[in-house]
Amino acid sequence: MIMMCDVPRYKDVDMEEINKIRDAHVLLNKVEYEPKQIYRGYTDKLLTIDVSDSSIKISDIPAEVKEKFVGGKGYCLRYLWDATNPNTKWDSPENEIVMSAGPIAGITQYAGTGKMLVCTISPLTGIPIDSNVGGFFGPYLKFSGFDALELKGQAEEDVIIVIDGNKGTIEIDKAPLEHLDAHVIGEELTAMYADNENDRKHVAVVCAGSAADHCDLSMLNFTFYDPRRGVVRLKQAGRGGIGRVFRHKRVKAIVCKYQGIKNDLNHVYDISIINKTGVKYHREMATQDPKQNNMRKIGTANTMKILNDYDILPTHNFKFGGTPNISEMEPKVFIENWLTQGGADGCWYGCSMACAKAADHFKLKTGPYAGQCVVVDGPEYETAAGVGPNCGITDPQVILELNFYCDTYGIDTISWGTMVAFLMECYENGILNKERTGGLELNFGNAAADLELLHMTARNEGFGKIAGMGTHKQKEYFAAQGWGDINFMNDIAMEQKGLEYSEYGSKESLAQQGGYGLTNKGPQHDEAWLIFMDQVNNQIPTFEDKAEALYYYPRFRTWFGLVGLCKLPWNDVVPENNALTDEPAKVPEHVDNYLNLFYGVTGRKIDREDLLVMSERVYNFQRIFNIRLGKGLRKHDAIPYRSVGPVTEEEYLSRQERYDGQLVEKAGYTKEQMEAMSLQEKMAATRKYREGEYEKLIDAVYPKRGWTMNGVPKVEHLKKIGMDLPELLEIVEPLQDLQP
Amino acid sequence: MKRLVKDESLCIGCRSCERACSTAYYKVDDRDKSCIKINEKPEGGFEIKVCTQCGICYQVCNTGVIQPNPKGVYMLNKKECVGCLMCVGYCPEQVMVQDDSRSEPSKCTACGLCVKACPTGAIKIEDC
Repeated sequence: MIMMCDVPRYKDVDMEEINKIRDAHVLLNKVEYEPKQIYRGYTDKLLTIDVSDSSIKISDIPAEVKEKFVGGKGYCLRYLWDATNPNTKWDSPENEIVMSAGPIAGITQYAGTGKMLVCTISPLTGIPIDSNVGGFFGPYLKFSGFDALELKGQAEEDVIIVIDGNKGTIEIDKAPLEHLDAHVIGEELTAMYADNENDRKHVAVVCAGSAADHCDLSMLNFTFYDPRRGVVRLKQAGRGGIGRVFRHKRVKAIVCKYQGIKNDLNHVYDISIINKTGVKYHREMATQDPKQNNMRKIGTANTMKILNDYDILPTHNFKFGGTPNISEMEPKVFIENWLTQGGADGCWYGCSMACAKAADHFKLKTGPYAGQCVVVDGPEYETAAGVGPNCGITDPQVILELNFYCDTYGIDTISWGTMVAFLMECYENGILNKERTGGLELNFGNAAADLELLHMTARNEGFGKIAGMGTHKQKEYFAAQGWGDINFMNDIAMEQKGLEYSEYGSKESLAQQGGYGLTNKGPQHDEAWLIFMDQVNNQIPTFEDKAEALYYYPRFRTWFGLVGLCKLPWNDVVPENNALTDEPAKVPEHVDNYLNLFYGVTGRKIDREDLLVMSERVYNFQRIFNIRLGKGLRKHDAIPYRSVGPVTEEEYLSRQERYDGQLVEKAGYTKEQMEAMSLQEKMAATRKYREGEYEKLIDAVYPKRGWTMNGVPKVEHLKKIGMDLPELLEIVEPLQDLQP
Repeated sequence: MKRLVKDESLCIGCRSCERACSTAYYKVDDRDKSCIKINEKPEGGFEIKVCTQCGICYQVCNTGVIQPNPKGVYMLNKKECVGCLMCVGYCPEQVMVQDDSRSEPSKCTACGLCVKACPTGAIKIEDC
């Protein structure tokens, strides 16, 4: 086992080199400002930077915006809406990247309180994407005086933006020499803007990676400096191609510096409530985490084995729910051989859940940094599952190498894993071959080909250009070339609305099918992560339970993104007596903790229903934003059959007993009828039944959400939740009677 | 290594140690602000809770502001502390003090004031 106390510090950067890079900067604009002190969680200030003309503007956030949109994702979507129009595309100059942390963000006494939300119109989906991210940038931006930052325009040359919250300065510089890969530019800018080594923890950097110049799967990295290791760590706003938009604007990085972190920089209403709630939670983590999920030892990848055992772990492009080779990569392998133990791996202060695990001094075997020893942040469950078994890979060395290179190139590991899995299935079905891939043998399990494809994508070479398109555009391209049947590819391409699926096999969980399909941004699990409560814990057994969960959880979970919180501390470890409560799945004591934190920070007393309404307003706003951009109706909530049932004979036969049984137990066939059917007939009957169930689920969920059967928010519902804004009514009123 | 050690059989529950500790830093006589705690045992007698310098507070701190001094006493650098209170929650003896009047918690520095205040010798400084 590798212990924190035995980990040598990382080699320091060459300050001469850093000075040369800095000397090449050319100042484009600099403003001085008086940082507004936070009051009860808010600065009520918006920073707008237009890199087209290097303008910098500070404006007030109106009270009505605060009331309806709360902060975080609410602010991001509000300002993104205002900046764009129905014809705005991801690469339109008016498209913005908006970032906002939310009122609770920046307190240090409770776990998971450093989150920032990031929104833009996505190159993958063409609609708003929202992604949440840890690291220090969100709190530092707020301490520097801004509840939100909007980044617009397109620079002529590469620039960096530097915000110093102590000095009260914002500057935009031409920055020609900084490297693009995240682990390099993160170190460069952290060292450049810190006064000394002890000061590096006061610098936070947002950057993308070299792939973001051309790859639509690109994300944003957010750094934080790890003083124990002496190295910059990376967290990701991963989903939906935000990094591609960032680099299209020719922004290399945004730096925010703030010294003097204390636990009351939010100037909260009642710090006593926050202190008590925080200490209570830390005590609970100290006793319960070792008995429950071991988040401090393995992070989110603790679920790997159990998801394999429950037939949920996506394997070979979601064909199967587990791999016989799981013992090669189960949690204890990472704990004992790869991830440093005994450290404090939180991505913001006060995170006692500390799931930001790292593999230290990991020696790379491939690519431009081969032979170097680096820190690898992760792997998160989604990364390990996506680049691992879903692509037929179970070797931890390869998983960590893919993890590292995706991060530093600025590629979303989830999209990469799901996209490569699709390419591999296409390869094994003859849709692709060596000639079409430029020599890459993309069979499941070919780790060398996967890594080479990743390096080619970063260099924008050969078949790497195709990889950079993302799954949705790939299948259309392959069909247009006459390489394969579009219907088959539509069934096996695990994307919806243009976004690649995250990593849960949902065939046996109708609730999770809805949790993916009935989302605003596309099939990411953060809105309705129901797979555990549905398939593992059996907490929502009936059809009505599942429909209700798809009403409750997207509202509940949206709230975290409004206020600046991480969701993991909510239910990854629960109070000792949680199972004895009325609704264990909701973790009532932790919900009360959140109500206390919101009250303690803002002074505004809310109950559980108030919390849901806050979310519901923003949720419906986002749905209508999708409709405004042409992708928010029922037809857009359709999902690929691979996420619902067995597409191929191989899949059906692998779980034949289950599928045969369900035809009798659920689909209404007698045993004799079922036994008389051919395999093809059974598959067709299974498909008809399962797709019918999904449609029934939509029929049950939309009315609960206050939507028409075509998925359009009803005017009366918008009035009920106080979101009958004129710009929303203008869009939904003509669609009220439109049938699906 | 320098640390407090105890002999509960000698404790008479006078709480002089708690007073000495809370008065030293917080300037009040308040056992909630003492880094040594005397609790009555249900079966009679007293339990003494002291910092054992186990270092768990050092391990959970991700700011690195709790560090051992040459004597092995874990010292908290209040200037750099961000007040996350994880050390308070993780302290197995629950003898780190969190008080709403201060941003940072406080911990036992093995200063010996409580030892001097104890009339029976139930606590003493071990330095080996």
